[in-house]
Amino acid sequence: MKETQIQDHATLAEAFIQDEERVNWHDGALWFIREKRDLAAKKIPEWENLREVASQIKHNVISNLHDYLVQFEENLTRNGVTVHWAADAAEHNAIVYSILKAKEITQMVKSKSMLTEECHLNEYLAERGISVINSDLGEYIQQIDNEPPSHIVLPCIHKRKEEIGALFHEHLGSEKGLSDPTLLTRVARKHLRNVFMTRRAALTGVNFAVAETGEYVVCTNEGNADMGAHLSEVQIASMGLEKIIPQKKHLSIFLRVLARSATGQPITIYSSHYRKPRPGQEMHLILVDAGRTRQLARPDFRDSLKCIKCGSCMNTCPVYRKSGGLSYHNTISGPIGAILAPNLDMKKHADLPYASTLCGSCSNVCPVKINIHDQLYKWRQVIVKEGYAGYTKALGMKTMAWTLSSPGNFTKAGKAGRWFMQNLPFMINNKFNPWYKQRELPEGPEESFAEWYAQNHEKEEPVYK
Amino acid sequence: MNSREKILQAVLKNQPAASVLPDISMFGGNKSEAVQQYLEIFKTIGGTALEVADFAEIKTYLQDNFELTKRTVTTLPELGDMAEMLSQTVDPHTFEDVELAVIQGHLAVAENGAIWLTDEVMGQRIIPYICQHLAVVVSANQVVPTLHEAYAEIGIGNYGFGGFIGGPSKTADIEQALVLGAHGPLSMTVFLLTEMS
Ligand code: SF4
Repeated sequence: MKETQIQDHATLAEAFIQDEERVNWHDGALWFIREKRDLAAKKIPEWENLREVASQIKHNVISNLHDYLVQFEENLTRNGVTVHWAADAAEHNAIVYSILKAKEITQMVKSKSMLTEECHLNEYLAERGISVINSDLGEYIQQIDNEPPSHIVLPCIHKRKEEIGALFHEHLGSEKGLSDPTLLTRVARKHLRNVFMTRRAALTGVNFAVAETGEYVVCTNEGNADMGAHLSEVQIASMGLEKIIPQKKHLSIFLRVLARSATGQPITIYSSHYRKPRPGQEMHLILVDAGRTRQLARPDFRDSLKCIKCGSCMNTCPVYRKSGGLSYHNTISGPIGAILAPNLDMKKHADLPYASTLCGSCSNVCPVKINIHDQLYKWRQVIVKEGYAGYTKALGMKTMAWTLSSPGNFTKAGKAGRWFMQNLPFMINNKFNPWYKQRELPEGPEESFAEWYAQNHEKEEPVYK
Repeated sequence: MNSREKILQAVLKNQPAASVLPDISMFGGNKSEAVQQYLEIFKTIGGTALEVADFAEIKTYLQDNFELTKRTVTTLPELGDMAEMLSQTVDPHTFEDVELAVIQGHLAVAENGAIWLTDEVMGQRIIPYICQHLAVVVSANQVVPTLHEAYAEIGIGNYGFGGFIGGPSKTADIEQALVLGAHGPLSMTVFLLTEMS
């Protein structure tokens, strides 16, 4: 992996925005997906009800997780699947290694799994002589470029087709200068078919794990999870504890909202329900904690465990769209990454909750109604309290806290801010204000909405009492 | 204490007070428009769906639209004279050269185009994924409006593997350009058979 971990989001984003044409294209590509999500959602009159119910089911999962995990394990065992428990990334990786070693397997194919990216499984296995190939096209492209995914659904959304053509030329020997997406996909299809045909082991992620039946569901558009799994003699699934859902019928809710939120499709092309091994095949499932029980203990942040990894909070986020996923220096980027990462390592990810304008767009689109922007704000408070905020951020944070602490202060700050913008713009527009970098300040309005409303509607009765 | 016990103990200690599951019985769609909706939606996904009266019509369509000189496999005895009946016991890798697979689907979902299949009708699990072109025959009676009715019908089930398949495999990973035929089939055809009804 490229060493990007040492720099913070602001520095990495600054590098990304140097290329204005690319930033605008990236911004537009993601907004286009956000619009497709809106169209798909609007076609379902009961959409908001589905979100509400999805959120409530996930709440029930979080509050009964112990019993569901035990039930899921029992059913898996009954179905002939071997269950493993991993407290952290190291234990997860060691389990995968021991399964492969027992079968003397040295090559594995893997479909999309953010969890194994988070665990750095590929690097760990490579050090032990086992090669892993990521079979999702976007993840494969990121892997040959030695970069982590920049988006959980669209791993190489930040790359141009010419760059992908150059990578394929170098690694797959395709024609130089090839940049047509269809032709490039055909090149990868041919190469990866050979991979599927020759790998004895396949690892997949898990989208939903049904406690009631012990089956787990994997959603893809490419068919790569199934190509790997059904040709393998050893099938491994890695999942975070929070992927549990109580009953089979709840899949109808989650499969209805997942793809519509992610890409605007009515459903992913493949929603595969794995329950029992085929004759002669071994199936393993690894339940991974890696910080999840710690997050469960944080009342302000435990709702982040409801996430179904649709990516729509990223597509809609103005900061994500303009800074790119890699600037978050965490496997899961964007707004959801910024509320999950501080739980994993507060010091290393102290900057991420600041990579937001707190506009709330993420919370508005989230299919399981996570209060993402509230959590971003709350993380800032925790980070300051624990002493992890850098100097400029701490200052900005204090101002923000003061601004938002009471409506009175908010009004004062607004008035002062408008006065500054009209009379002394250089006070805001200066290099000591990190917010001003790369931004043109709009002209400040003469009066705020509250002032305007007070003047124009003074005598009207408020409708709420 | 091993990891399992440690994790379960931490979960028990940290999980919030129990909350009840919501009722989801009010969700569902309109059965009377399901077939029409299915035909339209499946087209927008990049697949081909058509209503047919009988297997003779299916055969004619396949002859006109596919290269049947290449390897064609099926699980449907009605097509045994034009395709190889697929073996449930051979090594799945041997299906790599399958050009067209024609199999039966249990039910079709109008709102999203997806067909529900289990290993029983797939013959072998790899079949609908490894073939270059996939064709599925479903009874027109078995088109349900939404996933809610689909799961009500599927119930707990007794399959080892089951899946929804909703169109040809696709990717948009390269600059968001839609490409049909990522790793799975390049095309998918669905026959809604009225005779089976
Ligand atoms: S937080 Fe919500 S919107 Fe973001 S990826 Fe998770 S489920 Fe999707």
